Amino acid sequence: MKTTHHLDEATLLRYASGDLDSAFTIVVAAHLAMCDECRQAVRDAEEIGGHMMDHVDEAPVASDAFEKLMARLDTGENEQIEVDLRKNAQSDSDVPLPLRELIGEHLDDVSWRLVAPGVRKHEIRMGKKGESFLYMLNISPGMAVPEHGHGGAEMTLILSGAYRDKLGVFGPGDVADLDEHIEHQPIVEPGEACICLVATETPTRFKDLISRLMQPFVRI
Amino acid sequence: DRVDDPTLLKQAMVRVAKEQDRDAFHFLFSYFAPRVKAVLLKAGSSESQAEDLMQDVMMTVWRKAKLYAPERGSVNAWVFTVARNARIDLLRRASSRPYDDVYEIELESDVASGEDEMFETERAERVSEALAELPEEQRQIIELGFIEDMSQSEIAEKLDLPLGTVKSRMRLAYGKMKSKLEAVR
Ligand SMILES: [Zn+2]
Ligand SMILES: [Zn+2]
Repeated sequence: MKTTHHLDEATLLRYASGDLDSAFTIVVAAHLAMCDECRQAVRDAEEIGGHMMDHVDEAPVASDAFEKLMARLDTGENEQIEVDLRKNAQSDSDVPLPLRELIGEHLDDVSWRLVAPGVRKHEIRMGKKGESFLYMLNISPGMAVPEHGHGGAEMTLILSGAYRDKLGVFGPGDVADLDEHIEHQPIVEPGEACICLVATETPTRFKDLISRLMQPFVRI
Repeated sequence: DRVDDPTLLKQAMVRVAKEQDRDAFHFLFSYFAPRVKAVLLKAGSSESQAEDLMQDVMMTVWRKAKLYAPERGSVNAWVFTVARNARIDLLRRASSRPYDDVYEIELESDVASGEDEMFETERAERVSEALAELPEEQRQIIELGFIEDMSQSEIAEKLDLPLGTVKSRMRLAYGKMKSKLEAVR
């Protein structure tokens, strides 16, 4: 598996600075879990944060601040965390770690709702109103996602299978990090269904009339 | 006060992790606590809230000291991420769990472990150089995003710029840093 489509640089900086909302943070984190290259890029971006913090004008802290912290240490409730990295390595999960808490350990266990012929959807509730949507799509081989413009940013991470659009072929680990200006028509490659994780800022609006008629039911 | 030699911060972190050395932690505290508090104030906390959150952040620095990996980044960058995660959890009431998950994977992955600390120190220096050379209009956007906790759209509004301009300046700034880093890789 070779990842060829990565996160936009502006997205890397937004992730490193903590600017993304929950839905986009999950999609980015799930890509990072699958992509050494973007993890390295995030480390670089976090160095920017370190540098900026290094140069900030210091704010005086309370004169007894350190003593207070030492007193908290003495309660014994604040022992150092030991590093235990075995649990993840031993897992046979096919779900990236940042997504496991939300959908479980295996893609096979996800429950799907049919929203259009060949298109199944699983919504992931993020809890907060007004924030971006997070959901998964399971699209059958050869199916086209109706053509749609984007009402806002859209980020799609392929978890299994592949689709093709004017930007190229997107396979497992690839991310389509698209702003509101991009229009595309993904078609799932023959062979196996394409399962992807999607965050959108606002519900995607379809372009042509038939799609628009379908939208109230489809809402992808 | 600035610590001119970042290896002093690293040595202190290692002593905190290996020996629970409180003198070493006091050194880190004197350096980071006023900076962490400043960042929290700039992100919108009140004075008393910033003091409390700073305490929590520094407590996390102590508790997670063993998770700091010197070959992967500077102590500054690591403490920045601890403060950023606290901001997400406590000020924004969202979850920083995805960041922890990614960091766990980072520690597990053996790609970066081939990098040595010398290389890493040079990397942090290159980042500093690149940022020092940025035009003010790009530097300001980086500062608003990383320190003042402003979103790209808030930055656009504050500076009366189109969102696209904010994004392209961010990309330009990042691109400059990246080309400097590629020169050492
Ligand atoms: Zn990537
Ligand atoms: Zn789309």
